[in-house]
Amino acid sequence: MSNTTTDNAPKAGDDQDLGAAGSQLSTAPKEEQPNLPSLGLVGWARWFWRQLTSMRVALLLLLLLSLGAIPGSLIPQTGIDETKVAAFREQHDILAPVYDKLGLFNVYSSVWFSAIYILLFVSLIGCIVPRTWQFVGQLRGRPPGAPRRLTRLPAHTTWRTEAEPEQVREAALALLRRRRFRAHVVGDAVAAEKGYLREVGNLVFHVALIVMLIAFAWGQLFKYEGNKLIVEGGGFANTLTQYDDFRSGNLFTEDDLDPFSFDLVDFKATYEPTGPNRGTPRTYEADLTYSVGAYGDERRTTVKVNEPLEIDGSKVYLVSHGYAPVLTVKDASGKVVMDKEAVALLPLDGNVTSSGAVKVMDGYRNADGEREQLGFNAFFLPTYGGEGSTMLSVFPALINPMLALSAYHGDLGVDAGTPQSIYQLDKTNMEEFKDSDGKLFKKQLALGETMTLPNGAGTVTFEGVKEWAGFQMVQEPGGGWALGGAVAAIAGLAGSLFIQRRRVWVRAVRGADGVTVVEMAGLGRSESAKVPEELGDLAGLLYDKAPGAPEPEGSEEADGSDDSDNSADSGESGDPDRTDPRTTGSTDTDTDTDTEAVPAEGAEQQ
Amino acid sequence: MTLAAANNENLAEISNVLIYSAMAIYTLAFFAYIAEWLFGSRSKVGRTAAALTPKADTVRTAPAVTVNKGGGTAVLERPKVVVRASSGSRDVPDGPGAHGGDEQGDLYGRIAVSLTVLAFLLAFGGVLTRALSVERAPWGNMYEFNITFSTTAVGVYLLLLALKKNVRWIGLFLTTSVLLDLGLAVTVLYTASDQLVPALHSYWLYIHVSTAILCGAVFYVGAITTVMYLFKDSYENKLASGGRPGSFATSFLERLPASSSLDKFAYRVNAAVFPLWTFTIIAGAIWAGDAWGRYWGWDPKETWSFITWVAYACYLHARATAGWKGRKAAYLALGAFACWLFNYYGVNIFVSGKHSYADVGLGVLQSAGF
Ligand code: HEM
Repeated sequence: MSNTTTDNAPKAGDDQDLGAAGSQLSTAPKEEQPNLPSLGLVGWARWFWRQLTSMRVALLLLLLLSLGAIPGSLIPQTGIDETKVAAFREQHDILAPVYDKLGLFNVYSSVWFSAIYILLFVSLIGCIVPRTWQFVGQLRGRPPGAPRRLTRLPAHTTWRTEAEPEQVREAALALLRRRRFRAHVVGDAVAAEKGYLREVGNLVFHVALIVMLIAFAWGQLFKYEGNKLIVEGGGFANTLTQYDDFRSGNLFTEDDLDPFSFDLVDFKATYEPTGPNRGTPRTYEADLTYSVGAYGDERRTTVKVNEPLEIDGSKVYLVSHGYAPVLTVKDASGKVVMDKEAVALLPLDGNVTSSGAVKVMDGYRNADGEREQLGFNAFFLPTYGGEGSTMLSVFPALINPMLALSAYHGDLGVDAGTPQSIYQLDKTNMEEFKDSDGKLFKKQLALGETMTLPNGAGTVTFEGVKEWAGFQMVQEPGGGWALGGAVAAIAGLAGSLFIQRRRVWVRAVRGADGVTVVEMAGLGRSESAKVPEELGDLAGLLYDKAPGAPEPEGSEEADGSDDSDNSADSGESGDPDRTDPRTTGSTDTDTDTDTEAVPAEGAEQQ
Repeated sequence: MTLAAANNENLAEISNVLIYSAMAIYTLAFFAYIAEWLFGSRSKVGRTAAALTPKADTVRTAPAVTVNKGGGTAVLERPKVVVRASSGSRDVPDGPGAHGGDEQGDLYGRIAVSLTVLAFLLAFGGVLTRALSVERAPWGNMYEFNITFSTTAVGVYLLLLALKKNVRWIGLFLTTSVLLDLGLAVTVLYTASDQLVPALHSYWLYIHVSTAILCGAVFYVGAITTVMYLFKDSYENKLASGGRPGSFATSFLERLPASSSLDKFAYRVNAAVFPLWTFTIIAGAIWAGDAWGRYWGWDPKETWSFITWVAYACYLHARATAGWKGRKAAYLALGAFACWLFNYYGVNIFVSGKHSYADVGLGVLQSAGF
């Protein structure tokens, strides 16, 4: 591989001519030959480090990162949808264990995926640190002096003038400085450079990536999230015991919970009433009163789907909703054992057909006066289609509510110590109530109706319906850092991609015939139309200060041929080629000589 | 509270008519572009371009081009800037464009562009009335996304033309795919106008989706150019090594810009829009933070945006790394665009996630909570 220099580095031939002038236009690491070390451990370690921090390996790691992220989007992930993973396991009894071994149900926290991005970020740090030093060095130093032959450079121009060389240099210095070049005089020429912000942008971008990664990791370690279902009128205080379920990062402690509490005053939902999207949700709003701290003032607010309530570092999101029929249950003696209690049910479909369980735990006595517990399987439709239609709701709002209950009695098993779902009955120690045909006793209730249990065992009244809302409380520190990193990344990227770093040299020397010869040349990081354009501008301005002198008699090729340095070049750089057919094409089609390093008009910005 | 009552059936009807009319005009533009290519193929200029094609591939004889600057009132000629082509690069002139220098071809080309402008205006009107009819941004489902996307892509093309970029040759490929895209939209993806589910009510949505569509359109132009670069590059390679490409390939490819021009143009287009794509993903993350309680959760849509982003980052890196320039980098760019396409079509169709609002399905609330 002879071509192992980066694109901006001129090819071998030019390199010798340009010398230091073309060096360090960027701080991108040079690609080195993989020199296999014959040294011992240190040599190998150094070799390995060099490889890891090379652009080629960075590229490979980036490619691996994008490939590695793919399976996680196609295979169900435990962190995202546990039930889907379970379903997948059931269907694929051969594949699933293999996937397990490969961590494919948990790609983004798997060993191999972590290895890729950790290596990438080590490589990144190993790349940024030396580049930063190198760049600081460049900022402290000055633009390198003019190469011996300016005609070798990708864009150059020359003319003869009657102004003194010193005057020309001074004018050039002033002009370049006015254009915000860093410029100084070295020997017989002015050396100038501009566009350092490109490098700054590039470094900022890569550092910002590290900031974002750390912020994300930090958030994952200290975050918590938990859910709580609240029926209208109910409330919540932010302590662990109040959560229905709770997950937290590895370094989270209970002290990290922000103290606050809130009550759900009212929940409102609206739905598309007609048309093909009938029943599609339109708005969800939960009216809350909340207080911050142990004894904070009570405040009112409304939480919507995209508008969480923010309290200190925590956010309260509205994530789900459903219905809670309000029931009154009397026992055989007519004593109220459940007084207008709202029982939250879980929605099953888009029209909020809901199911769950009603449990009467205390105080119930049956017809024989014995203590027992009651249990009901509940099925609820906010809008029942009417007699003869299916047992599925036809619209999500409360239009024609209907509650279906099937009744059991016995021991609910809630005291046994094992946690049980509030939405399901554990029927092991329960007995069915039987109807007159000896089947399970079931009944459909419209709003306000009462059903009487067989054999005078009691009554159940469907008093009304409340709505409930599910809230998710989330705290994920580091969000601000991640956002800051992201903004810095975009700014850095824009600087890095739209700013062109380039150098300009102006040489003024007295020619053999006593007339001053001015030579100007420009060099960008890569071939660019902006460099010649800008050089043309600068040359025009300087020309006004140092106007042309008449050509010596009979010399067509006077431009520099009397300068011993250039005499060899004027033939080589091909004056005959100036009639190249591209000339016309390249002036009106931007793409021809355009840079690859300046994708947008940006060379002038700094 | 906006309910279906707000839907303006009339406007929706007008929108449909405009979209269909736009398709008709695009079809005419498509034929005009074809005519441009056909007339161009008989042109002599086209053939002379071929004769010019492979210039010396050597380092030293790279010719210089003069760009005349200024030329004002000075008595003497003002200084000229001499530009040297970078050593080692093949120096091939740009082709004359689809019309191949043929006058009639050029005329058809101009007609095609005018028709494209007309169709664009109609389609733009269609998107606009659609938006008015639903009183929100026109990207609540895949039908709307498709019509907006193709309109934006044509808009990008016309903008590049207006900026005097050498892109007229893209017209044929663009109208072809726009017709396919719109055809798909009105047949398979059509959804009657409706409101958004609550999770889509956020101004971040407007920012996120509009920039996503714009990025896609620009990436698309970049991808077409990259494909043509690959063809043209192998054509030039063949000529340079003394081979004889087939006559169809010759007639077709010699009229395109030089491979190095195509390569640079594709790079500029992709690189210019990369920061915007970065911003798009971040805007999406902010929206997800508000809507779902976490700003990043590896949802399939998020994952594929990330994959697309990393793939384009790969491409940009590749350009800066020896041994990966040219064709290899071009393959990376195409791979990255394939990721974008999959993110748009594939994920919506094959993978279900929180972003599954794209069909006429249930609200995000249901799919998220239960
Ligand atoms: C974490 C993953 C990385 C991402 C997403 C990334 C992304 C990018 C992007 C988008 C650019 C284009 C900007 C430009 O052309 O100026 C770039 C440039 C660059 N990156 Fe990275 N990069 C990553 C890691 C690395 C690593 C590990 C290294 C060092 C080994 C590195 C070295 C460079 C260099 C030197 C440039 C500038 C190339 C030039 O000057 O043209 N990057 N990077």
